[in-house]
Amino acid sequence: MDIYLPIAEVSVDVFVLLGLGTGIGFLSGVFGVGGGFLLTPLLIFIGVPATVAVASSANQLVGASLSGVLAHWRRGNVDFKMGVIMLLGGLVGSVLGVWVFTWLKRLGQVELTISLCYVLLLGTLGSLMMVESARALLRQRRPGGAHRKLHQHNWLHGLPLKTRFRRSKLYISALLPIALGFAVGVLSAILGIGGGFLLIPAMIYMLGMPTSVVPGTSLLQIIFVAANVTFLQAYTNRTVDAVLALLLLAGGVLGAQIGTRFGTRLRGEQLRFLLAALVLAVAAKLAFDLTVRPSDLFAIAGDIG
Amino acid sequence: MSRGHISRRSRWVGPLELLLLLFMSWPEIARGDEVVADLSSHLIAISSGFTGASVVLFGTTDGPGDIVAVVRGPEREMTVWRKGKAAGIWLNAESVTFANVPSFYSVVASRPLDDIVSPGIAALYRIGPGNLKFDVRGAVPPERAKRFSDALIRTQQRNGLFGAATGKISFLGERLFRSVLIFPANVPTGTYLVEVFLVRNHDVVGGQTTPLVVSKVGVDAALSDFATRQSAAYGGIAVLTAVVAGWLASLPFRGA
Repeated sequence: MDIYLPIAEVSVDVFVLLGLGTGIGFLSGVFGVGGGFLLTPLLIFIGVPATVAVASSANQLVGASLSGVLAHWRRGNVDFKMGVIMLLGGLVGSVLGVWVFTWLKRLGQVELTISLCYVLLLGTLGSLMMVESARALLRQRRPGGAHRKLHQHNWLHGLPLKTRFRRSKLYISALLPIALGFAVGVLSAILGIGGGFLLIPAMIYMLGMPTSVVPGTSLLQIIFVAANVTFLQAYTNRTVDAVLALLLLAGGVLGAQIGTRFGTRLRGEQLRFLLAALVLAVAAKLAFDLTVRPSDLFAIAGDIG
Repeated sequence: MSRGHISRRSRWVGPLELLLLLFMSWPEIARGDEVVADLSSHLIAISSGFTGASVVLFGTTDGPGDIVAVVRGPEREMTVWRKGKAAGIWLNAESVTFANVPSFYSVVASRPLDDIVSPGIAALYRIGPGNLKFDVRGAVPPERAKRFSDALIRTQQRNGLFGAATGKISFLGERLFRSVLIFPANVPTGTYLVEVFLVRNHDVVGGQTTPLVVSKVGVDAALSDFATRQSAAYGGIAVLTAVVAGWLASLPFRGA
């Protein structure tokens, strides 16, 4: 059953969209990431223009992450103070990101930038996660592995504006979460992702937050950044397709519940290894596409491929 | 394939259309007009279930001859990019912008175009994708403009928006003609013109132009209209809708 998407101006099968939403929701339930990094490339793949895919993914993310935060909040796993401070950086970042996006669109380099960013980000993160999880899996084979400190102290802890975060049991500079939020805000606007796959490792390894409060806090900040991006994209680029976003959301909610249940049966290291493999596969595919000579060197601006 | 508004209507139009044809072929009425033509519908309505549409073009001539019809979508400015290789990756390197590109273009004819019209006449009336001419924005060498406009036509043909092949017009007897104009699911919206030419001895001897409107209707029309005119409000509502949907979605799993 095909449905006509009013902003994307293409007809897409409803069940493809629902299925895509469910699949992404499943992944987000299993791994605790938003899944935008997979959603946007897949939407482009099924024929949605890249600009609409980016903006509508952000819209979908608002609903998906809110539903996630509510689940974590009931368990008391959200550090509101940390979330709000990251948000300050995030809002500024997303304004800058949408502005950059508009500028790139005029230059005709939006598609390239999106692909390049994905290759770089996914490639780097995928490799790091792969190495880390492989080590963890190997370490388990040998009993009595080395005891790890809660977190390492380094130059990042010497920055000014020190603030206490009770929920996260941290006393660190407020500049750190602001910078992190800013970076994720920019990426969110350009790539249509919540940045969970960036934010989560950074919160654990850079800020040293306890793993239990990380997903909820990261999702809290993503809601607002995604909402801001959605609004700005709708306002400046008119590329938000609400019908598309709602269909994805409907599938996503179902998938997330199945995924959460499935996720509890797997061990952390296995999960991270699988996610790393998935991330690397997407990066490899995108990198390959960039280096292959296009079948037609010419393309109409705004068209796909 | 087309299950939209139009095809349903065009099935109904069958007998009506025949009556109209008989009416128009009446000698007194057709006199003075070399060719009279009309469409089974002047509106293609794009609603949620839209998967493309077809419209019947029909008419009559005042005597033997060939018919060529050109369907042209609203003109738009379009930019064509050419990719080049830099540092191992393919990126958009140079571009040419054309001012008046029809967003849709297709031709139907009663016989192969080369047999009906001379190349000069085809160029004059811009019959056939090869005869489309676009105005170039800025100073671009003609040779380069040609390469880019060829690429534009090729891409639009691949997208199904410029008919690569000439569609068929069939004659019922000597004077009545009929053709089915096909519009794909990605047809651009706006006001189209259908130009019908009567051709004798490789020259156009008569013609008629009929408008056709392609428009979004219902919820889709309201949505896209709202998104364009009140983009700030649309953005706000899009966010709110997602918030409400996300909150509703979390309710059934509250206990989980």
